[in-house]
Amino acid sequence: MSIILQVFDLVKRFGSLTAVDGVSFEIREGSCFGLLGPNGAGKTTTIEMMEGIKRPDGGGILYRGEPLGEQFRNEAGIMFQTTALQEFITVREVMRQFSRFYPHSADIDDLADRYALHEFLDQDTRKLSGGQKQRLLLAMAMINQPKILFLDEPTTGLDPQSRRNLWDQVRQVREQGATILLTTHYMEEAYELCEEIAIMDHGRIIAHDAPDALLAAHFDDVVVQIHAADIPREIGEREFDAVYRNGSAHILTSDVNKTIEHLLHLDIPLDRLRIRARDLEDLFLELTGKELRA
Amino acid sequence: MKWNRIYALFVARNIEFVRDRSALAWSLLLPILIIFVFAYAFTDENPEKFKVGLVAGTALDGAAGEFRETRYIKFLEFDEAEPNLHKVERHQIDLLFDPSSHRYWINRTSPNGYIVEKLLIAAYAGSGSTLQKTLVEGDEVRYIDWVIPGVIGMNIMWGALFGIGYVIVRYRKFGVLKRLSATPVTAMEFLSAQILSRLWLLLVVNVVIFIGMDLFVDFRMHGSYFNLLLVFVLGCVNLICCGLVVAARVSSEEVANGLLNLFSWPMMFLSGVWFSLEGAHPWMQKFALLLPLTHMTDAARAIMIDGAGLLDIADHLLVLGVSSIILLFIGARIFQWE
Repeated sequence: MSIILQVFDLVKRFGSLTAVDGVSFEIREGSCFGLLGPNGAGKTTTIEMMEGIKRPDGGGILYRGEPLGEQFRNEAGIMFQTTALQEFITVREVMRQFSRFYPHSADIDDLADRYALHEFLDQDTRKLSGGQKQRLLLAMAMINQPKILFLDEPTTGLDPQSRRNLWDQVRQVREQGATILLTTHYMEEAYELCEEIAIMDHGRIIAHDAPDALLAAHFDDVVVQIHAADIPREIGEREFDAVYRNGSAHILTSDVNKTIEHLLHLDIPLDRLRIRARDLEDLFLELTGKELRA
Repeated sequence: MKWNRIYALFVARNIEFVRDRSALAWSLLLPILIIFVFAYAFTDENPEKFKVGLVAGTALDGAAGEFRETRYIKFLEFDEAEPNLHKVERHQIDLLFDPSSHRYWINRTSPNGYIVEKLLIAAYAGSGSTLQKTLVEGDEVRYIDWVIPGVIGMNIMWGALFGIGYVIVRYRKFGVLKRLSATPVTAMEFLSAQILSRLWLLLVVNVVIFIGMDLFVDFRMHGSYFNLLLVFVLGCVNLICCGLVVAARVSSEEVANGLLNLFSWPMMFLSGVWFSLEGAHPWMQKFALLLPLTHMTDAARAIMIDGAGLLDIADHLLVLGVSSIILLFIGARIFQWE
């Protein structure tokens, strides 16, 4: 597949703070690329430079091999983390306004069907709920039938139901052949939607691959999780090298049978035992020494 | 520049303005209230003292010097008599006196002129010199006639400066501009739409005010309506461009507010909206010429009161036109979406 967007040696400074520090990656056409990291990692600054909103202090961005220009503006759909809309204007009016900005705009009623906007199409944009506003912003990002869609933390602040709905809509966009660049601090979201992820911390990319490949490369073990009250700390740490966090003892093992035998031998109650594969959350902790949503 | 994009922004801004009922009502009501206060509170009462124009040149001694000492008369010095005769015609000064030739001009219909003439004659009694009287014809320009062009100009000034400056800064602060910058809309398209929308709305609002006042207050309109419209359009564009320059980069409402007030209050009082700058300190008169509102108000007054044609006000139009282009260029050049 061809490369639609290429980023090389991207740098952005705010005073003495280097928010993005030499970031490079490529996005294949038709793929969903996830940019992951905790708050303050530099995700939003990176995506906003790629959208052409912020000017990089170093490095460059190429869209289909060319610097960002008129073609990019016409073919990019953008959804910011937060967007204020003009006041005193209805959803239909704002859609109509934005549709006039582009040479090839989608039909407003079609978009309203697809993103379930009909119930509030003639309402003032200030009177929308969080989920409604997010749907409107996604519809606005889709109004020019984009070839590449930028989603900056699209589900932050949404309830689980709205989040799943938005995931479904993002999948539909992908099925229509658009490329997606997504930032998120939800590992589950990245795992669900993206086939390629880059993990950012302190303005740098610290890991970059397909989610499963990253997990396979870093982990050959699983986590046995026991409620912290069931296994005294000194035993957990001495016998299993367990890590205690969030009320649980986490035991890493590549031989689950042996670990469980050892636990039984020590009379540890296993009623609240859970075995899980390593996930991106663990990967992040492993790579940075801190939790993603700390 | 794509016109459909400008049109889209133009329509959206117009909708916003019309639906913002409180702001709309305020922009219509404030000037009408002001006019009514002036029409009915000041009609019978001239707030000015006696005003006498003196043609300078000779040292004032004897009778002329004595007259010059009269209290409660404001003396204005002019270099020549002829160019200032219209001030006697319009009752802007009560009497014009040239001490070197002992000539004076008064308006036969001016009560103040009658009284000041008595004082002048009294000062000259027994001096041996003979005064030479010339009568001048002309209707009085009442304060209401004089103040209406100023009030409309002032209303345009507030609407243009704050309607552009404040609104764009708010758009920037809340991220409306950021969203637009992610579309193919260019800065020039955005600014053009804002200028056109504000110009159109201000003209409609002020035409409504003008017609409304015409129904209730009898005021003087001696010139061409087309010329008057031209003056207001140019003045409006000029003040909008001032607003653009203020709003080009600022993203704090407080800073924008401060800057806009810094622009507007000096104009409010030093552009001759409320009182003539005749007799003000020369530096103040020079400073007033730097303010766009001075040129708009003076040109509108010349049309409405004296029936001036375009040639008579060409200097004002030139100043407004040229400075608009410069301001627009600066505003577009330094404009930032974020």
